[in-house]
Amino acid sequence: MTIKATVGATCEPGTSRRNKTGAWRTFRPVYDHEKCVRCGMCEIYCPEGIIHYNEEKDIFEPDYEYCKGCGLCARECPKNAIEMVLEVR
Amino acid sequence: MMHKSPEMERMSVVEGSYAVAHAVKTCRPDVISAYPITPQTHIVEYLSQFVADGELNSEYINVESEFSALSALVGASAAGARTYSATTSQGLALMNEVLFNASGMRLPIVMTIVNRSLSAPINIWNDHQDSISARDAGWIQLYVEDAQEAGDAIAQAYWVAENHDVLLPTMVCMDGFILSHTYEPVVLLEEEKTREFLPPYEPLHKLDPANPKAFGMFMGPEMYTEFRYMQELAMDAALPKIKEAAALFKKIYGRWRGDVVDEYHADADVLLIAMGSVVGTIKDVIDELREEGVSVGLLKVRAFRPFPKQEIREAIKRAKVVAVLDKDVSIGTREGALFSEIKAALYNTPTRVPVVGYILGLGGRDIPAARIRQIVADAERVMEEGIKQESTYIDVNEEAI
Amino acid sequence: MMARKGTPLISKLAPGHRGCAGCGAALAAKLVLEGAGDDIIVCSPTGCLEVFTTPFPDNAWQVPWIHSLFENAAAVASGIERALRAMGNDHTKVMVIAGDGSTFDIGFGAISGMWERGHDVTYVCYDNEAYMNTGIQRSGSTPLCAATTTSPAGRVSLGKPQNKKNMPEIAVAHGCPYVATTSIGYPKDVITKVRKAVHTEGPTYVQVHSPCCTGWYYDPSLTAEIARLAVETGLYPLVEFENGVLTNVRKIHKRKPVEEYLKAQGRFKHLFKKEEGKEALRRIQQIADDNVKRYALE
Repeated sequence: MTIKATVGATCEPGTSRRNKTGAWRTFRPVYDHEKCVRCGMCEIYCPEGIIHYNEEKDIFEPDYEYCKGCGLCARECPKNAIEMVLEVR
Repeated sequence: MMHKSPEMERMSVVEGSYAVAHAVKTCRPDVISAYPITPQTHIVEYLSQFVADGELNSEYINVESEFSALSALVGASAAGARTYSATTSQGLALMNEVLFNASGMRLPIVMTIVNRSLSAPINIWNDHQDSISARDAGWIQLYVEDAQEAGDAIAQAYWVAENHDVLLPTMVCMDGFILSHTYEPVVLLEEEKTREFLPPYEPLHKLDPANPKAFGMFMGPEMYTEFRYMQELAMDAALPKIKEAAALFKKIYGRWRGDVVDEYHADADVLLIAMGSVVGTIKDVIDELREEGVSVGLLKVRAFRPFPKQEIREAIKRAKVVAVLDKDVSIGTREGALFSEIKAALYNTPTRVPVVGYILGLGGRDIPAARIRQIVADAERVMEEGIKQESTYIDVNEEAI
Repeated sequence: MMARKGTPLISKLAPGHRGCAGCGAALAAKLVLEGAGDDIIVCSPTGCLEVFTTPFPDNAWQVPWIHSLFENAAAVASGIERALRAMGNDHTKVMVIAGDGSTFDIGFGAISGMWERGHDVTYVCYDNEAYMNTGIQRSGSTPLCAATTTSPAGRVSLGKPQNKKNMPEIAVAHGCPYVATTSIGYPKDVITKVRKAVHTEGPTYVQVHSPCCTGWYYDPSLTAEIARLAVETGLYPLVEFENGVLTNVRKIHKRKPVEEYLKAQGRFKHLFKKEEGKEALRRIQQIADDNVKRYALE
């Protein structure tokens, strides 16, 4: 698909979403929802801004389409409820 | 008693800088940035007085450098404002990086360049080296011949720059001191006519929380060329828009100083080509020489960017010799920019007229009528004997070297 | 947003940006935007954040954003602020988010001009203590003895011979009504201080310590932990100045020796391998001790 040039190279907001950075990941954060106390530290510290609370399921979950696997969430989790597991593709 | 024409009735004798400042006032920029540098300072001083007196309702930013003067306008213009600044010489050189940035972002900033030489040796007087050195920056460049045009061209510059087919920043270049500090009778740009001539600025994109776009993005090799090419297309579009603006200006204000070029007895054997205030001196000399029976005329280049190749080719077709006068030089070529570009414009055409270049007026050296006569005589020799020297520093005192 | 289920933090920095995994600057930008509110225009100079958030046509920003050049963000922001005023907009706030290279070094003159003129602009520096975008070169913010690619440790060098410039106090000296330092190790602190800065009229300065795993050589998961160690050792005091007066500091309860912070990072590892490193460690400890005294951190 040809990307259209805009006058002055202006750009609409949030178009970076088309770049699925999940492909960068070597380790994958896996949650133990039993241990999780829903404190939201993982959401706050995520540099990608892609960990959110899922109200229906009552869990915090990362968007694996973008998660780069940095492990900050696991490190900052006060309950050690997140484990970084080697990604298998 | 002398009878005054209606035009003369409306004239006031003002400093060239005042004519410009007044013109800017009638165009009502939202944001003006200012940094003092000779010989530009008077323009921004007059503007600050208009603001201080409540005559002009612009935000006036006293920046800490020319670099910030233009940077502030980049921000203001991106936010949707009409913007103005003025600078010269070292100030313009300091802005160099921002010049390219503003044109790449397609921001229709208008600046007056009060042309002055570049250091070293430091020299505050007029030549065209400053703006000519910025010719590749993607700005429209208009060169004016007198104070009247220096003011009138401001309104035309906004008209062209803000057009959505163009959206390019624009320099109106006027000769330092010769035009900026001289008092001339001028019809100050009329307020009501300007309202009729110049529509309010409607940005194509702007910084707006309700529609949050990004400006100034990073670009890889895969698209950079396309954006540069789009600037070229905008310059292409600017050429007819400059003509349109001049024609509309004439219709509304009744005044004409040319569009992309202007001609003065251009249907002549010896065709002089020049930009800026020297055009006035040349016209006087042409009047005298034509009385003496010399077939000499002038092509004034008003738009240096976009470069009016086609118009220049047309004008030159009729000439037997072309003499180009430059107040600038690309050291290492012994050529002024206008001369080099005119030669280049002719090479792939059937026109085979000798073209010679004269570098003069550097660092404010006076260009008396005698010097123009000398150039015409030299050009006549070329017409008969062919080119001996392609381009000449006309006024060098060899004994001093 | 803080730590409560059901109130999701929808970052105004969209995913898909190309910041390194564990990027401190990305985390800083996310938190800063949270504090900035919706009615904001952001200006960034050239730098890591600029490059990794806006490779055309992939724009991570969900606020109006502009990048012009490396050294002019403060001037561009000044122009935006005045343009808004000229066009009758008296509500939209203007913010700069810039790295330390553009803030401490190349953009310093424009910042000083903006502060002197008193523009209502919140200037946020994400401080990762070197030119990371160009490959970890030393800046005026690089701390004493840190090894960078232009201040490397070598047979006769212990890394950067100078300590970092005190930008916050330079801001205070300009008369900025609100100046604060904060750290991504304390997200609430970042958000609170940025919010306060944005809602203070006039020029405000917030410096956010933002560790860089790539340039400091540590595991990406440690970004926040290392940031906290800088604070807990006294090397990065978290302070607030209001109208020239030090009004608040983050107290350190159990101060840690500087070695704990330094050892965790590759950029200081030479200090632990050489005999001369011991003297350098003493000098760095002295910097921390002086900070504790200067800002009454204990």
